[in-house]
Amino acid sequence: MSDVLIVGAGQAGMQIAVSLRDNGFEGRIELVGEEPHGPYQRPPLSKAFLHGSADIETLELRAPSFYVDNKIVMVPDEKVVSIDLSGERGLAVTDTGREIHFDKLALATGSTPRRLPIEGADLDGVLYLRGIADAVELKNRWDAAASVVVIGGGFIGLEVAAGARMDGKQVTVLEAADRLIARAVSPETSEFYRAAHERRGTSVRLSAKISRIVGDGTKVTGVELDGGEVVPADIVMVGIGVIARGELAEQLGLETVNGAIVVNEFAETSDPRVIAAGDAVLLPHPLGGDAQVRLESVQNAVDQAKTAAKTLAGVREPYRAVPWFWSDQADLKLQIGGLSTGYDQTVVRGTPDDESFSVLYYRDGRLIAIDSVNAVSDYMAVRKALGSGSTIPAELAHNLETPLKTLVVDS
Amino acid sequence: MPKVTYIQPDGAEITLDARDGDSVMETAVKNGVRGIVAECGGACACATCHVFVDEAFAATVGEPGDLEDDMLDGAASDRQPTSRLSCQIKMSADLDGLVVRIAPEQV
Ligand SMILES: Cc1cc2nc3c(=O)[nH]c(=O)nc-3n(C[C@H](O)[C@H](O)[C@H](O)COP(=O)(O)OP(=O)(O)OC[C@H]3O[C@@H](n4cnc5c(N)ncnc54)[C@H](O)[C@@H]3O)c2cc1C
Ligand code: FES
Repeated sequence: MSDVLIVGAGQAGMQIAVSLRDNGFEGRIELVGEEPHGPYQRPPLSKAFLHGSADIETLELRAPSFYVDNKIVMVPDEKVVSIDLSGERGLAVTDTGREIHFDKLALATGSTPRRLPIEGADLDGVLYLRGIADAVELKNRWDAAASVVVIGGGFIGLEVAAGARMDGKQVTVLEAADRLIARAVSPETSEFYRAAHERRGTSVRLSAKISRIVGDGTKVTGVELDGGEVVPADIVMVGIGVIARGELAEQLGLETVNGAIVVNEFAETSDPRVIAAGDAVLLPHPLGGDAQVRLESVQNAVDQAKTAAKTLAGVREPYRAVPWFWSDQADLKLQIGGLSTGYDQTVVRGTPDDESFSVLYYRDGRLIAIDSVNAVSDYMAVRKALGSGSTIPAELAHNLETPLKTLVVDS
Repeated sequence: MPKVTYIQPDGAEITLDARDGDSVMETAVKNGVRGIVAECGGACACATCHVFVDEAFAATVGEPGDLEDDMLDGAASDRQPTSRLSCQIKMSADLDGLVVRIAPEQV
């Protein structure tokens, strides 16, 4: 038997602990997290939580009794500050000075919002959104704020923008690129979201060049663009991507790329005693091929954690899962299945202006991914097809008369 | 607190006290009931929380909404007349004693 230390009590860390027990692991499991809460879901923080329809207790991934019943030692509010693997057993030290001895280590440290490196970014009211503490801060200022500027047109920024519009605020989204969510979706989907947010009264400014954030000395009052225009803001929400938290991995000399911990398909790092999963890692494409990807999603955190737990329990099973993701913006439900990276063709099914359509992505004639907006059946059909290694002929996919699930063929 | 009973595909049963307003999915997952995967945490985006509602409660629980209906069509286990996504059923006094069978396949 051996003792496992899991650093990071988030989506992935919790799942590693749970899956270790599911795989019959009987050793000691300690799950240490720096946040004052047990593991919780982040997605509602930019959605239901802002509107008061989710409280902290509903965010919890497991009831406190679950950890006790499953003999998982869950320690919140404590940060692991250093780890030493040079001895026979590993030794971790936390910020309270406590020492934890272990045999195997799991890093599930997640990611942290990229900070905006400009003048005024430290003004009161310039906010980021990653955890409950951030969400509570945003919520505390929400009612009093008449205008919100969102810097960064990615998923989190657009979700917050949609929520702010629904609550009647004046909302401006400033995006540096020439389209929204450019890293994750095709130009067709980007253009749809630009138009949809505009229709709902949000001002979307693409190719925006921000010169600085302005304030009254302490509090933010607006965002100044190149050329001098100031967009007024009571709150500035910055959502310009995340950085993997590879501090401990770097300290241990593990292989990292821009902070992301490099793992193989068994979730092993460059040191076989250490596994890693979730937002913090750079992993081989889960559907095969040479590419390495970062996946910042609940699905990846959960599924990769399951692989990691198997590896720790001595069951070698490579990580193979169809990546998927969702984003709720106002009444628009986006579901993404597969990974569109490297696509060379898209097929639009339906009319984006009707606010129900899909974009199917192909590479070398093979279906690799889908974005569906309020088109659940399309999404479900493609997700199933990708899971079974099937495809849908590109020349037939646009035809709305035929349900996609009837078009699935072996490839 | 309203009670809800989960029946596993192999017949094993567990009854839990639900927090008023928590969904049938949340009640299961927070307490570690196996078979309810709930990958999306209740966003009605994954269809991995599929249950068959006991006939006696089918009318009280009601029909799925449009979105949920489409999700159920694509669920891993074939849908049945009383299929629901358990994240969309909120527990309340009306549903005290609710019985659901967990669909055998979720992913
Ligand atoms: C606002 C928001 C909305 C989102 N919406 C969606 C969505 O709609 N769909 C979707 O699929 N995904 C969404 N995501 C992404 C998803 O939540 C993440 O991909 C997922 O949480 C990653 O899990 P993780 O365990 O890797 O990291 P986390 O959940 O971030 O957990 C990492 C934990 O480790 C702790 N930690 C780090 N270092 C240490 C240390 N040294 N000692 C102790 N503890 C440490 C951190 O504090 C954190 O609690 C959203 C994320 C955010 C922030
Ligand atoms: S939990 Fe995902 S649909 Fe119910």
